Amino acid sequence: MTYEEELKRICDKDSRVLVMTAENRAAIRNLPEMLGDRFIDVGIAEQTMVGMAAGLALMGNRPVVHALAAFLTMRAFEFIRTDIGISGMPVKLVGSVAGFLSDANGPTHQAIEDISIMKGIPGMNVFCPADISESVEALEDIITDDSPWYIRYNPLKEVYKHEPVIKGKAELIGNGKDVGIFVYGTLFSTALRVKEILESAGLGVSLLNVRFIKPFDTEKVHQILTGCGTVVCIEDHFSEGGFGSVLANFCFQNSINRKIININLGEKWFKPALLDDVLAYEGFTPEEISRKILLSTGKKYV
Amino acid sequence: MASNNYEIMEKRALAVREHIIRMSGCGGCFIGASLSCADLLVYIYSDFLRFDPADTLNPGRDYFLLSKGHDVPALYGVFAELGIIDALRLKDHATTKDNIYWHPNRNIPGVEYYSGSLGHLLSVAMGIAWDLKIKDNSNRVIVLLGDGELNEGSVWEGLLVAAAKKLDNLLIIIDRNHFQANMRTEELTPLEPLEAKFAAFGCEVIRVKGHSFTDLDKAFSKFPFSGGKPSVIIADTVRGKGLPSIEERADRWFAKFSDDEVESLIGELHGQENARIHSEIIIAR
Repeated sequence: MTYEEELKRICDKDSRVLVMTAENRAAIRNLPEMLGDRFIDVGIAEQTMVGMAAGLALMGNRPVVHALAAFLTMRAFEFIRTDIGISGMPVKLVGSVAGFLSDANGPTHQAIEDISIMKGIPGMNVFCPADISESVEALEDIITDDSPWYIRYNPLKEVYKHEPVIKGKAELIGNGKDVGIFVYGTLFSTALRVKEILESAGLGVSLLNVRFIKPFDTEKVHQILTGCGTVVCIEDHFSEGGFGSVLANFCFQNSINRKIININLGEKWFKPALLDDVLAYEGFTPEEISRKILLSTGKKYV
Repeated sequence: MASNNYEIMEKRALAVREHIIRMSGCGGCFIGASLSCADLLVYIYSDFLRFDPADTLNPGRDYFLLSKGHDVPALYGVFAELGIIDALRLKDHATTKDNIYWHPNRNIPGVEYYSGSLGHLLSVAMGIAWDLKIKDNSNRVIVLLGDGELNEGSVWEGLLVAAAKKLDNLLIIIDRNHFQANMRTEELTPLEPLEAKFAAFGCEVIRVKGHSFTDLDKAFSKFPFSGGKPSVIIADTVRGKGLPSIEERADRWFAKFSDDEVESLIGELHGQENARIHSEIIIAR
């Protein structure tokens, strides 16, 4: 089922659900005529959309709002924080082309601080699906949840048959003890390939598809942090406020004394280009990431 | 409207102004902006809004949203007069003993939504208006904005969308007291011609004297002004209205008066000599 087919199915089932967009129709092109008054395109007006969503939620609706992640989370940030966050309205924010998915658009369109700022809002939940299958599968659970959510929408085709998505739970792949890898979203398939490379070099690997950044799966996170020789966190996000920083805080709070190899964007915007070119240029290929991990384990890259 | 209703409103407005002045004495408040919209709020709650003070969450009610949240002392003054909240609570408005503070919050019955950050509640009101429209409900949505608030781009963005979506169940009121925090609006970012601006954005506009209950009655009774368009009332008011010693004074936006000053101001409100104001001027923004 496509994202819009699933959204339509949920709308048919639950009359509280409304779909809104700030003229970002890529994933919901066919919904206007299907939903009539329950589809609202406000035009390029993210603040107004979020404010309206708060008013609609106040009246008992469940607005699912769509915009480019950069403009949704940043242009409308104070509206999200103030009109949705303070009252905890069950508005679902769907941000598109986040992280590396903005391709050649350039830094104006790069949402690589979105997770940091969304998880900073009290009561806001954050979901980062690895691909389209996870984006679609979790949708109903998130919409029926009574709190606000930010979804870092991911339309990439799935390359892996996942375990079912359970709200707040991560997906653990493998149980090797040499290297533990944390990943979410677009870089999932890259991390899966890293796992294969490391295994072919003779290392045991555990890969955690984090999925939910807030609240995150503390049990599985603890298991990787304390059970693996080397721990790596891969993300298409600034270092500040990303999942790596969540892990650092978790270690500190739980007296876990360990080093984490953070593979992220540091403090720089990435070179704009099509996704595969970006991954190569920025050092996010499976080979480059594997090389860094192997270096740190003292093993030679093969 | 019967003339005795005007008398009731005049009395109520005087009582609301007393509450505002008293709130300026215990912890301070945004007194100038509260006094400018006091008559507007008294009129709306006494004669326009379909609203039961004994049942503030009744689904049949009209929705009133205070977007210029810093004038909430006027709203709480009205609530106290309508018996929604106990007037004694107002003296604790800046303490942790109560949930009443300098901007509106939903913990107080009758307050529909949080506000304080300017330029927010127009869009929230639009969401409510959309919901009512698609459910064929006849409740009306009223949102009060300050004129200084019109500096915020989100207001004009919202107006474009409100007109595009033909939200004719929405009434936008501008408390046009001609001042923003520190100076006259026209000295900082001129707003006039304001009627023409709202009309150009697709609204139907009426401009009235904001302290005249008869004028307000004439304007409000025409709502909705035009099918398929949001209605706008620009109410020309006076900042600090009722207290000549602070009226139209740019430096008395937020005030924290001493007990003596408060008593003296209440005397002034009731027609006695002008109050002697000596407390320090506070630049709150």
